[in-house]
Amino acid sequence: MGEKSVTRASLSHAVYKEVGLSRKESASLVEQFLEKVISRLEEGETVKLSLFGSFVVRKKRARVGRNPKTGEEVTITPRRVLVFKPSNMLRKRVNSVISRGIAASDRDRDESGSPFEG
Amino acid sequence: MVKSELVREICKENPHLYERDIENIVSAIINEITVALCQLERVELRGFGVFSVKERTARTGRNPRTGDAVEVEKKYIPFFRVGKELSQRLNKN
Repeated sequence: MGEKSVTRASLSHAVYKEVGLSRKESASLVEQFLEKVISRLEEGETVKLSLFGSFVVRKKRARVGRNPKTGEEVTITPRRVLVFKPSNMLRKRVNSVISRGIAASDRDRDESGSPFEG
Repeated sequence: MVKSELVREICKENPHLYERDIENIVSAIINEITVALCQLERVELRGFGVFSVKERTARTGRNPRTGDAVEVEKKYIPFFRVGKELSQRLNKN
């Protein structure tokens, strides 16, 4: 698997290149994007991003579980979990060697940009 | 919520930007994550979660209707694991 890891800085850099905004503002827009998605999920709403996938909040009822180490029975409290359903498009792209090639060349061009900070 | 609603909400907070620009920004973010996943890279977003790609090894499957053996090729599955902070936020109340 990939040894490199993409972070907020990479996303900010992508935004920075896209529109003529300052680096600071680009970073702020990435935060706003994530925060908007999160606040809808907190409401229990599904967030669908076309061609990418959807985030669905599922409600789990209380159930009796077992501590795997001690074998002790414990009640697992009701909780909400987040599930990501990748779109068919994303599933296909991840499996396509061609898209991997294109992605690689995209990335090579990106390397010329300075690393994003703050 | 769908992408267009997300764009509109971000627009409200940034009256100095064109809706068109916000659309491009949202697409750029999504595209950056997609491109990373296509290269089998992880995308770590603190406070949100981690996107990664899992490998499913090739196996011999069966057609459930006919029972015929079929070769299933190795494939990759996009995967998301929710971050601790977001998980806590979802369970606040």
